[in-house]
Amino acid sequence: MKRVWSSLAMVAALALAAGSAQAQNLNVVSWGGAYTASQQQAYHDPYMAANPGVKIVNHDLGSGALAKLRAEVESGKVTLDLIDMTAADAIIACDEGLVEPIEPDTWLAAAPDGTPASKDFFAGTLTVGGTNCFIPQIVYSTTFGYRTDAFKGKQPSSLLDVFDLKAFPGKRALEKRPNNNMEWALIADGVPAKDVYKMLSTDEGVARAFAKLDTIKDQVIWWTKGAQPPQLLADGEVVIASAYNGRLFSAIVEKKQPIAIVWDWQAFDLDGWVVPKGGKNLAAVKKYVRFATDTQRLADQAKYISYGPARHSSAGLVGKHAKLGVDMKPHMPTSPENSKTVLISDYVWWADHQAELNDKFNAWLAK
Amino acid sequence: MPTPTDDVMRTADGTPLKISLQRALVRSRLRALVLVLPLLAFVLVFFLFPIGHMLFRSVDNRIVGSVLPRTAVAIQDWDPDRAKLPDEAVFEALVRDIQTAFKDRTLGRVGRRLNYEKPGMSSLFRKSGRGAARITGAPYRDRMIAIDKRWGDSSTWRLIHRESGALTSAYFLAATDLKLSERGAIVRQPEPRRIYLTLFYRTLWMSGLITVLCLLLGYPVSYLLATLPLRISNLLMILVLLPFWTSLLVRTTAWIALLQTEGVLNDIMVFAGLLSEDGRLQMIHNKFGTVVAMVHILLPFMILPLYSVMKTIPPSLMRAARSLGATPFTAFVRVYMPNTVAGVGAGCIMVFILSIGYYITPALVGGRTGTFISNFIALHVGETLNWGLAAALGALLLGLVLALYLIYDRIVGVDNMKLG
Repeated sequence: MKRVWSSLAMVAALALAAGSAQAQNLNVVSWGGAYTASQQQAYHDPYMAANPGVKIVNHDLGSGALAKLRAEVESGKVTLDLIDMTAADAIIACDEGLVEPIEPDTWLAAAPDGTPASKDFFAGTLTVGGTNCFIPQIVYSTTFGYRTDAFKGKQPSSLLDVFDLKAFPGKRALEKRPNNNMEWALIADGVPAKDVYKMLSTDEGVARAFAKLDTIKDQVIWWTKGAQPPQLLADGEVVIASAYNGRLFSAIVEKKQPIAIVWDWQAFDLDGWVVPKGGKNLAAVKKYVRFATDTQRLADQAKYISYGPARHSSAGLVGKHAKLGVDMKPHMPTSPENSKTVLISDYVWWADHQAELNDKFNAWLAK
Repeated sequence: MPTPTDDVMRTADGTPLKISLQRALVRSRLRALVLVLPLLAFVLVFFLFPIGHMLFRSVDNRIVGSVLPRTAVAIQDWDPDRAKLPDEAVFEALVRDIQTAFKDRTLGRVGRRLNYEKPGMSSLFRKSGRGAARITGAPYRDRMIAIDKRWGDSSTWRLIHRESGALTSAYFLAATDLKLSERGAIVRQPEPRRIYLTLFYRTLWMSGLITVLCLLLGYPVSYLLATLPLRISNLLMILVLLPFWTSLLVRTTAWIALLQTEGVLNDIMVFAGLLSEDGRLQMIHNKFGTVVAMVHILLPFMILPLYSVMKTIPPSLMRAARSLGATPFTAFVRVYMPNTVAGVGAGCIMVFILSIGYYITPALVGGRTGTFISNFIALHVGETLNWGLAAALGALLLGLVLALYLIYDRIVGVDNMKLG
């Protein structure tokens, strides 16, 4: 009997030892596909190589992350350690108290020249929508792609052309939500960009935007998932489509589709990290985030996907695509050539008006 | 052992047979209950409780009271019809509440909650959080109004007054395109915001159409399956089941490839000269696309119950009808069809209830005019995080299904339903 006990004790001791030597798992949520792959290569792999005790596990939840986060925080069992979200979702998460507030200069690495993080990240991105929970990684944009074989002679080159069915006949694809579409409609209708949100705050402004959208309504296919518009373009189902610039890059450069980009009034948006409240591995997460958002790592990500790093100091380090060898700078939404006219979403305004405009937009669609 | 004097039948140990039988019956019932218990517990824990919990969100309104506790109490003394604004004490309570909530980072929740009722509340609370943190003493009212003049607007206070209770009707009202006016009367949403009733109506009639089409297409197929020789009918059965086993997304995407304007069907028609290159038909991303794809996806749910019922109808019935002088048509309508009612009922209710709650297929192929109410429930659960509204929409949908089920029970009788 004694022998049984002592051998049991040994097994238990071994199990304990194994447990303590076991890698610490970090559950990181992101969007999957090429985007997660770019994070894997630029952030996760080098981090795990330098920290053998940490294992980063990817979870592809996409836009479902917000709902999952709320469910976890409400039930008190938080399993997610770090979530990649759009700025708009991060504002909701922060308002709802679902994520940790951050202190930029203690959490994040300074630029190589010593500029503190709070100055090195693009102005206002760390405090997007008046919140303090969001750590930006990339600037992406929703812009227009068109089929290069659809029009003889003149090709679309501006936002106005998207609304011009006479010069550029054919179906369009737009995202099935009011954001960006309402702003674009007003700008195409001649409203100066700086007055767009003031205009949209009134019933007349909203009606004017819908009236402009009415001019192309029966020619529009509405998409809901980022993968749809490049596919619709590739199938020839539409001739012009709004799409995420990274998806268009992949369709044009990697898949060699006859598609080109119109950068006019591209709508900038941010994507970045938030740290769930009540996560078990806060210290490890902080250490990882410090690494993954430093100047070099953000620049590295641009080797794999055409999204612009959110730090000033990273811009100069953006080089060539890791596989295709194409120079990535001209494909960045943030490059000076592409960003002559940009629509910058007013997150505070949208937080006030999202619910109302969602209803109005969907009612308008159903008509 | 004394001989029993009465003539009651007894078992070997002397208990009356009747009682002994009853005991055995009770025992077997208990045993059955024990066997069912795990399932009951499972249903209770993983089905009824979460659903009940979720449905409760449709009336749950504890946010204002929990984040602004002092204000919620103090404002009860304010009579909106007497004084335009609450008195200084309420403003002081508000400042205290906002300061605490700003520190605890819960203020955003109140802003978002009240923003559902009145656009602009979200930014009002955001702004006030930073501003109120600097207020150290009286006059609270003037200082709050200095931060944002909306604190001097009685409509802001009426809203807080109204929504400071633990329960609210706001989500159910919103789910039926209604709202409470500033003075608390139920009014319709302004025309541009009315959306949900249209969607309920569309979900119902399109689900009805899908059910009817499934029945029209499924009935002959089931008849064939049930009457053909086994060798052939098995082969046909595989043709029915193969798509049934294929991923839903794959089938939906296949329909997109088939029906889109540059798709297979349009290509064939253009090639055959039936359509001109410019006259390609729009068959997907609209109601038509939703109906076609959903009929295809739900067809097996009609065919299988129909088949299982038809399989049990003896062929001799039809032969008897014919020998008694009925034409094939009369025999089919008067003898065969009434025997399949149980299958028709089961198939129809299954297809209808499934389609009323469908959302992936309408989301992908529905475009602008072919989406269902469930797409909006998904929107509010996953994206806008307005779970109260999602719960109210879900509760209405559930109520609708139950009501239809009761009507069905009245007309056809649930006992007549046969699922297989």
